[in-house]
Amino acid sequence: MRAILLRFAGALPTLCGVVVVTFLLTRVLPGDTATYFAGPTASAESIAQIKASLGLDLPLTEQFRRYVVALVHGDLGMSLTTGQPVLTELINRLPASAELTLCGLFLAIGIALPLGVFAAVRQGSVIDHACRIVATAGVSLPVFFTGLLLVYIFYFILGWMPAPLGRLDAFASAPPAVTGFYLIDTLLARDTETFRAAAAQIVLPAGTLALFALAPIARITRASMLAVLGSEFIRTARASGLSGPTVVLTYALRNALLPVVTVLGMVFSFLLGANVLVEKVFAWPGIGSYAVEALIASDFAPVQGFVLTMAILYVLLNLGIDLLNRAIDPRARRGA
Amino acid sequence: MKRRTFIKAAAGAAALATPAIRSAAAQTAPTRNETLIVVQEYGPNSLDMQGIGSAQPVNGVSLNCYDTLLRFKRVPFAEGTMTHDLLNYDPALAESWQIASDGMSCTFKLRENARFHSKRPVTAKDVKWSMDRAVSIGGFATTQMAAGSLEKPEQFVAVDDKTFRIDFLRRDKLTMPNLGVTIPFVFDSETAIANSGGDPWAKDYLKNNIAGSGAFKVESWKPGTETIYVRNDDWACGPLPQLRRVIARDIPSPSTRRALIERGDADMSYGLPPKDFKDLAEAGKVRVAAVPVPNAIWYVALNAANPPFNDVRLRQAIAWAIPYEKIMSAALFGRGVPMWGGPEKIGKIGWPVPSHYSANIEKAKAMVAAVTGGTTISTSLLFDAGSATIAEPMAVLVQESLAQIGIKVELNKIPGANFRGELNKKTAPMVINRFGGWLDWPDYFFFWNYHGKNSIFNVASYQNKEMDALIDGARFATDPATYETQVRGFLQMGMDEVPMIPVCQPFHDVAMQKNIGGYTYWPCREPDFRFLTKGA
Repeated sequence: MRAILLRFAGALPTLCGVVVVTFLLTRVLPGDTATYFAGPTASAESIAQIKASLGLDLPLTEQFRRYVVALVHGDLGMSLTTGQPVLTELINRLPASAELTLCGLFLAIGIALPLGVFAAVRQGSVIDHACRIVATAGVSLPVFFTGLLLVYIFYFILGWMPAPLGRLDAFASAPPAVTGFYLIDTLLARDTETFRAAAAQIVLPAGTLALFALAPIARITRASMLAVLGSEFIRTARASGLSGPTVVLTYALRNALLPVVTVLGMVFSFLLGANVLVEKVFAWPGIGSYAVEALIASDFAPVQGFVLTMAILYVLLNLGIDLLNRAIDPRARRGA
Repeated sequence: MKRRTFIKAAAGAAALATPAIRSAAAQTAPTRNETLIVVQEYGPNSLDMQGIGSAQPVNGVSLNCYDTLLRFKRVPFAEGTMTHDLLNYDPALAESWQIASDGMSCTFKLRENARFHSKRPVTAKDVKWSMDRAVSIGGFATTQMAAGSLEKPEQFVAVDDKTFRIDFLRRDKLTMPNLGVTIPFVFDSETAIANSGGDPWAKDYLKNNIAGSGAFKVESWKPGTETIYVRNDDWACGPLPQLRRVIARDIPSPSTRRALIERGDADMSYGLPPKDFKDLAEAGKVRVAAVPVPNAIWYVALNAANPPFNDVRLRQAIAWAIPYEKIMSAALFGRGVPMWGGPEKIGKIGWPVPSHYSANIEKAKAMVAAVTGGTTISTSLLFDAGSATIAEPMAVLVQESLAQIGIKVELNKIPGANFRGELNKKTAPMVINRFGGWLDWPDYFFFWNYHGKNSIFNVASYQNKEMDALIDGARFATDPATYETQVRGFLQMGMDEVPMIPVCQPFHDVAMQKNIGGYTYWPCREPDFRFLTKGA
């Protein structure tokens, strides 16, 4: 428990740094928010009016002071591109991104883990080569390309998948928000029809992400399994006459999981930030596309809010991974 | 302007006869045939078009959810496509109006049966509050109002409950047309003030809520995701729309928007790259409504205030070197009207009109050599990353072409937020851009783009007292003959001096299923759901 608190305390300076750096970076960027939002026939006066109403005419230190004071009160400012408070938007959009990323990740784990294990156990076999091909293809195809390709094949040509219109079909209505995850909320509301609609919508984007995430997970699993399988305690286990599956699953896999879990954490945080393009192709209302739209428009508040949210997420994620590692590996518990 | 009275007895009678049918229809949920699905790149960022920072799609909210005093008359343009007439009006909230005999005011009679969504009757007080707001709130709304000499709250008078008067500051031919655009719409002032929380213009409330009398209400608005409109069954300012529900989804990827319209999952798709519109129009599965954007051109501007292009001979040389045809086929995929190869002397007046230039590299080369004596000029060409789909291939073609006449061009792609800032600096030597005014008059375009007042849109920073005199003369000319002389004068001067080289007039393209009818093109370019029909 003390260790967890210490970890949190250690993250504080990082978060402060993030606040300062994002504030400065957004101000240093050469965009001019006021001119952009003044509209096509803006006069110099109307630009000045907008500047004043946004507080952009104040000195930087004063702008920063106001930003921090607002931040302490939980106010992340207003987005100009969507006209809504940033906090509400992030709260509304984070579950969409998280749901998509988690689905993609679980799908990737579901495929990559067995694939990696088999590839290690049957080194040089067809499965090993398949693993190599899938992994190489997965990392080398850009996500927007795989996304568009999947849309083209499964929606446009074959018509098996629903229209890529976002989280739900245009005629379905969103379930009452409990967790913000449609797949869970629909089940809580016992609305199987909407659940099916939401699940159908998430298959292609999650598949696209999974293809991308497959590679690192499968490769790490394979490498880590190979190392463990070659170690002495496995030989001992085999010599003691334990069955193949027991050796592989109970002894080898558990020991091999440590680096895999660490990589999973990295892959997850990476996916969360990097699924911008998937969100664009599938019109997924997540935080990635939100931040990029804001960045293009020099809309400071959402960019700052996004970076801060991501920083907090990373801190929590790393903490979670540490805890998971402790659960898997007794040595980590003693080490701390 | 002549006296106009429009009392639509027929419309009134129809409204009286139908309530029973309406209430019966209201009980059933809208069918798919009464529901329209529109896909667009991004949706509204506010529900208040008068508010500061409202983006392009907010015009659509204004169009569908609010009413103006009058509407531009719809005129047929092509099969399934209507456009509008800026000089003839249909009654909207005003059922009749009359310009005073001295031509210095206009009195509007408001429709008796018009009610806001809150069921309150529309009164002259609401109209006054809304107009006052538009001229006082600042930003785009105030600028647009001023374009029609609507500048001060004192100009707006609520004579009695149903009579409203506008006093003119000066005789300005743009005043009446400016009442039909998406800015001077009428709010339910009581509802707005009651919810304003002390702000005299209720900016926050109206940004997130509709308080109008329009044909549609906003049922749900999720910025960045979707906007759902439902019909206001009590709409009084026109025939009851056939559509009862409109779902406008924001789909950022153009490929996805194209796939949706081709598969038939969307009824209407906005804002595709020109190549997609060309493909769709050729494939013929869906209808592409193409209207050349009135008043608008794609152009190459040359900085006339700084070397090297302050030399008119160089500007003319470049006008002879632009690869017009290639740009039309490779950047615009034919989705526009050519604006080159016209007569030497301006023929019919209007805007845009074709220039007398065309691609003639030999001629251009000789003209440049005469100025530079063979030394290479290095310069840069700016364009907006936001319109890169068209501007980038265009810039590359210009770069290739100018390399042949001894001008080395470096391309400079500027992200959307910085582009206006760069234009404001007035230093960019060459810029590719597009401009078009809502009010389709040549003098309006020239005022913004060529006048010595040097607005941000005078990208070339062109300064010429003679030009200013011609533009100002045309803007406030009272008799047609003077107007024509002045317009002809500045058009000719614009073409001879070429601070801006016209390239083409772009199409405004919208793809829709063939069962969609009644599409109308308005100056704001947003879809109007009121007149759309959806067949079986």
